[in-house]
Amino acid sequence: MLIKTIFSGFGGQGVLSMGTTLANAAMLEGKYVTYLPAYGVEVRGGTANCTVVVADEEIASPVASEPDFVIAMNQPSFARFQSILQAGGLLCANSSLVNTESARSDIEILAIPTSELAEKLGTIKVANMIMLGALIKASNIISYEAMIKNLNEILGEGKAKLIKLNKEALELGYNYVKE
Amino acid sequence: MKRLMSGNAALGEAAFLSGCTCYFGYPITPQNELTEYMAKRMVEAGRVFIQSESEIAAINMVLGASVTGARAMTSSSGPGMSLKQEGISYLAADELPAVIVDMVRGGPGMGNISPAQSDYLQATRGGGHGDYKTIVLAPGSVQELTEVVPLAFDLADKYRNPVIILGDGMLGQMMEPVSFDDLKPPAEYEKDYTLTGAKGRPARKMHSLLFDTKLLEEHNWKLSRKFQRIEQNEVKYETYLTDDADMIVVAYGIGARIVKGAIKRLRQENLKVGMIRPITLWPFPAKVLQEMAKTVNDFFVFEMSAGQMVEDVKLSLEGKGHIHFYGRPGGVIPTPVELFRIISRHYYQAHALKRKK
Repeated sequence: MLIKTIFSGFGGQGVLSMGTTLANAAMLEGKYVTYLPAYGVEVRGGTANCTVVVADEEIASPVASEPDFVIAMNQPSFARFQSILQAGGLLCANSSLVNTESARSDIEILAIPTSELAEKLGTIKVANMIMLGALIKASNIISYEAMIKNLNEILGEGKAKLIKLNKEALELGYNYVKE
Repeated sequence: MKRLMSGNAALGEAAFLSGCTCYFGYPITPQNELTEYMAKRMVEAGRVFIQSESEIAAINMVLGASVTGARAMTSSSGPGMSLKQEGISYLAADELPAVIVDMVRGGPGMGNISPAQSDYLQATRGGGHGDYKTIVLAPGSVQELTEVVPLAFDLADKYRNPVIILGDGMLGQMMEPVSFDDLKPPAEYEKDYTLTGAKGRPARKMHSLLFDTKLLEEHNWKLSRKFQRIEQNEVKYETYLTDDADMIVVAYGIGARIVKGAIKRLRQENLKVGMIRPITLWPFPAKVLQEMAKTVNDFFVFEMSAGQMVEDVKLSLEGKGHIHFYGRPGGVIPTPVELFRIISRHYYQAHALKRKK
């Protein structure tokens, strides 16, 4: 197994933390993992993306030529990364901000209205965790149960107060996606 | 236990565990996480951390600390490394140990903050003025940093010479699981040259100003003999699928990781391509390349530069074999698929030419 995922969006949408969260969860499951951030000199509002590779064997390249999954949190990211998604790949789009029409017929698009869902929890800040929950349901990258169990360790000491909120957000995204 | 850490942070922890007692640095992307890590870790442990007023100040603080016997380190990138070169020349002249981390970014000039390998020549050819060499170590993964960092401190003390750890923006910022369980701190060396106040012993002095040409020539030959010893004893490299290969890729650092991804694809197509990855860029693994040239004709050099290490490959092969080159300068990170396409094109062309013979 070797699964490559690209997370992309505006700086400030929690794109990089989605990546580190997935990478940490996969590592705690005993998998090989690489996390490669790409951001320019931009601050909040600029573009950001990261590549996470999860595998059962040693990972050669942390750079993904043709990702299996793309998460696009904004329109420019959707436009840019849908083209490199491999045939049969899944694109999870933040449909609150993204027009999910694509010219490609060989990929699957999953629309998640993260802003609307996040409103139920009272803060837009967890939109990224809602998206991550949806990705975990729609993919076989990591075990959702193991992730929830390890959430304290995954998010780290500084986030202790936010465990409950993050768990709710992951659950909301996870349950939004039907089997 | 494994922790998910960026290369920069892992480098900081490895330096700490290697007994680094003094860190001096001035911020520059893409190595800031290292300075950040040291700011916390060193100060908490009561060791020395100074954010200097410039890169020039930092390298001279390293020189000052090293003179007293401290295990000292600095780090930078791009234009910051250019500023440090004068200090590195003085360290080499005074035969002082030091570890200098260079997380290379796109150049020349201000360039950009993307990963690059375009400071190979600066690192391996001394970089500053005068006849000297720096040992250059090029790790290829976050875990390998934990092996390379104690080695760097060890070699610096063993040969009393500056050692450069040459990474790039990608190695610095990417995160991988890393374990420090196997990290052994380097040995403590007897230092009979340090300036610590001459209490109870005759005074010593250290300087690189040698007006007498005979003395300076002898000093240069002494350094030169030391560099020969290093060339004989300290070469490190990794080979990957070279046994049956009829084309060998030469790549280092993060470039070699991308090549590895490409080779996996090439092997699926039954193209017999292997790789040699120099871990020491100086001393360069020239002998092993010469050995390989007895059975292999085609060498493919890939670098994230317009072509720098390729000079060392040419020097090593001394006209033997055919050297192919592909480079991406300016901070561009090629994908494994791109390299797969380029290497396979060269591979088929090489085979077609052989058939004509």
